[in-house]
Amino acid sequence: MGMARGRIQVRTESEIELLRTSSLLVGRTLAEVAKLIQPGVTTLELDRVAETFIRDHGAEPGFKGYNGFPATLCTSVNHHVVHGIPNDDPLQEGDIVSIDCGVLKEGYYGDSAYTFMVGEVKPEVRRLLKVTQECLEDAIEEAVAGNRIGDIGWAVQEHAEAEGYGVVRELVGHGVGSNLHEPPEVPNYGRPGNGVKLVAGMVLAIEPMINLGRKEVVQESDGWTIATADGLPSAHFEHDVVVREGKAEVLSTFKWIEEALGAVKLG
Amino acid sequence: MAKQASITQDGTITEALGNAMFRVELENGHVITAHISGKMRKFYIKILPGDRVRVDMSPYDLSKGRISFRYK
Repeated sequence: MGMARGRIQVRTESEIELLRTSSLLVGRTLAEVAKLIQPGVTTLELDRVAETFIRDHGAEPGFKGYNGFPATLCTSVNHHVVHGIPNDDPLQEGDIVSIDCGVLKEGYYGDSAYTFMVGEVKPEVRRLLKVTQECLEDAIEEAVAGNRIGDIGWAVQEHAEAEGYGVVRELVGHGVGSNLHEPPEVPNYGRPGNGVKLVAGMVLAIEPMINLGRKEVVQESDGWTIATADGLPSAHFEHDVVVREGKAEVLSTFKWIEEALGAVKLG
Repeated sequence: MAKQASITQDGTITEALGNAMFRVELENGHVITAHISGKMRKFYIKILPGDRVRVDMSPYDLSKGRISFRYK
């Protein structure tokens, strides 16, 4: 596979606009999916809604067919970390499901993910979600020109491990552009000052994957789903971020997801 | 979609340790020990500190690798 060896692309402003369009479409797609999340719905139903929505907006699902992935969404329930394949099992009250979605529009990819709660979720699991989202925010703070990849990883690792959580090693964030996965690799662990130097115009998909328990993960027999070794839940949030001078620019958004979740709660 | 961390990465030789072992600083910042591959020995390819090389990592031990290519 060896992606780490390629040359890192610096994107022009017009490319960044196209990437923004794709990332925002992912945000809208996840919001459509958010409206449907409740006990009893199956991940396959969510997948169908997502695919229809993406195609209705003149784009293609970014994951379907990628190395043979069979669906539009990665739906990872509870102890599944990432790359869960949508199926007929209904979501249950108390579950968490992290949904990762990719979009390809006009040659550029968007890639974003959010972990949803199904009904009432245990307080310690709710805390995991809150901390993981904070880890993502900490990581984005570090994605500025002149910093290094290790600064991003350390920001996630420090916050997550301070709360006693496990940081997954085997899976990493990545550059994103005209390919879904581009160099550099963006681990969620690292040492400050180490690694590839960040240059303004790099576009990174930063995606902390944090386990409630230990960091070890296993791959399931379907060849895709990654699960925690200890069976405890795992959370995942992802944004597409442009490295800039002074302050990173986030291309994707959770605002529509949060609006949809707020509306569902009231309704 | 999360990417699987590569088992093959690039790095720079920081020091020669003897017995064809080298300390390598990978692009992601980790510093590991790596040995030169048999194929490079066979063709008498020399490696010096400062060379950029490609390293194959073991998933079982992230601190040991095998140098499989020296870049120009």
